[in-house]
Amino acid sequence: MAGSAEPGEDWRQERGTLAATLGPPLFWLLLFFMVPLSVVWAYSFGSNSGLTEIKITGTFANYARALEPLYLGILAKSIGMAGLTTLICLIVGFPVALAITFAPDRAKTWLLLFIMLPFWTNLLIRTYALIAVLRQEGYVNWTLEFFWNQLGSIWSLPPFVPLELLHNNAAVLFGLVYVHLPFMVLPLYAALDRLDRSLIEASLDLGAGHFRTMMQIVFPLALPGILSGVLITFIPALGAYLTPDLLGGPDSQMIANVIERQFKRANDWPFGAALSFMLMYLTLILIAIQAMSKRGREDA
Amino acid sequence: MKQGSAHKAPPGPLDYLSRWPLRLWLIAVGLFLYVPLLAMMLFSFNDSKRNIVWKGFTTDWYVKALTNESLLEAFANSLTIAALSTIVSVILGTLAAIALWRFRFRGRGLFEGGMALPIVVPEICMGVAMLVFFARIMPWPQGMVWPLSLGSIVIAHISFCFPFVAVVVRARLQSFDRSQEEAARDLGASDFQAFRDVLLPHLKPSLVAGALLAFTLSLDDFVITFFTAGPDTITFPVKVYSMVRFSVTPEVNAASTLLILVTVALTVLALRFQRPQEIAR
Repeated sequence: MAGSAEPGEDWRQERGTLAATLGPPLFWLLLFFMVPLSVVWAYSFGSNSGLTEIKITGTFANYARALEPLYLGILAKSIGMAGLTTLICLIVGFPVALAITFAPDRAKTWLLLFIMLPFWTNLLIRTYALIAVLRQEGYVNWTLEFFWNQLGSIWSLPPFVPLELLHNNAAVLFGLVYVHLPFMVLPLYAALDRLDRSLIEASLDLGAGHFRTMMQIVFPLALPGILSGVLITFIPALGAYLTPDLLGGPDSQMIANVIERQFKRANDWPFGAALSFMLMYLTLILIAIQAMSKRGREDA
Repeated sequence: MKQGSAHKAPPGPLDYLSRWPLRLWLIAVGLFLYVPLLAMMLFSFNDSKRNIVWKGFTTDWYVKALTNESLLEAFANSLTIAALSTIVSVILGTLAAIALWRFRFRGRGLFEGGMALPIVVPEICMGVAMLVFFARIMPWPQGMVWPLSLGSIVIAHISFCFPFVAVVVRARLQSFDRSQEEAARDLGASDFQAFRDVLLPHLKPSLVAGALLAFTLSLDDFVITFFTAGPDTITFPVKVYSMVRFSVTPEVNAASTLLILVTVALTVLALRFQRPQEIAR
């Protein structure tokens, strides 16, 4: 399509424009993104020789270590946590997306803003806000204590023992859902908004209930969008660092926390590199699967 | 896309918003999303260090946060980094969007995929990549004067911001009528003049939206900055992180509230240029 207006004599100038527009971003992408990632990739096949030297020996030892039960367990746990987060987000987010899709135009804008605003708020601050809610002297425990004491004035109850809501796996899951819910709602909304409404109306007219219409008409039709929502939620949840770090206990580490430790404290960069590329491979495989299923559907 | 208006008249069968189970659900989700944040903001005005029982209104914590020198310094660093990376990201992102929109070249698909990578790669992977890069491949000179000392963080931020700008600008380019540009050329405008006087004005809303997006992304980033920041280049989220690790204090609440206000102001500004329906895509 390039230069279709005046082909031939102008190609030299077009080529100049291409170089001028493509050059800077390509250069940046290569030098400040691809090179750093490639170095980490190379390190994942290296070993420590000396205090700061890393020799790239082509060894698979780092990957072998990453597949040891301890680390494989953490990886599996991260996948489980991210999967559960995604599922909960889907269940919680689907009705929200549905309500937004079929809302009148004005309400739609406000509802979208309503969902997006926390999304634009700093992740660290949102996690911090959750700490204040869940900690032993937090709002949840404070409320429970209040009602406990109210009941205690009627019946005799043992003194209130605050629940340990923070620093465990449930807190991490809660935090992950809290942080990632908007990631799910927005693509779901985009998918539902594209649906042909007459199909839904037809289903309702022909006597199917709302629930059956959802399961048999809306869900299958919106599946591509649902899958992209799942992916958009799952990938960041899988690589979450802050949430398990701040809300989790010693046994709720996820893969990102282990990677951080290798680079910042344990100072075992080759192993950290292998772990972070395990995460990369997983991410890329998921994206490839989604791209292929998308192409498959378009061909069909 | 705007079928919504066709459904306006009576509360039709698809008007899920007016059904009470869904309303209840929406309210519950709203409480879930907002109560923690609102409580945090509320207790930034609480006249007690304990942060849980309301003892009376005070703005002391704001005074304390605003006179905390290291916090202020971190905030200034964050704003500077965000401003610098926004400028470069908008330029790079716009150029990339134009190149992808306008030309077919060998490796176009590869470039397109490469541009999507910084958006999808887990933050932690990008963080360690930047750590390694600035430690081994291109060490950023130590002891530079102030804004230059932030260079490595700015570079890292640009790398993950400009692909987002490219996405926003590309969406806008799709509605550009190329005959306008051709008309300008026929009337004697050079390539550059046509770009400056025809294409750029059309892109303006997306440039503003992209800039605000890049600014917020940069301002909010913790993980990648955490790996690139040195002891003298603390940003606001990194500083808050070190404060949060110690304890929950109203001072952190106050500082966080201020940052939320900045973000909300930016979001509202962004929405004036782009409707949320479009961002959702």
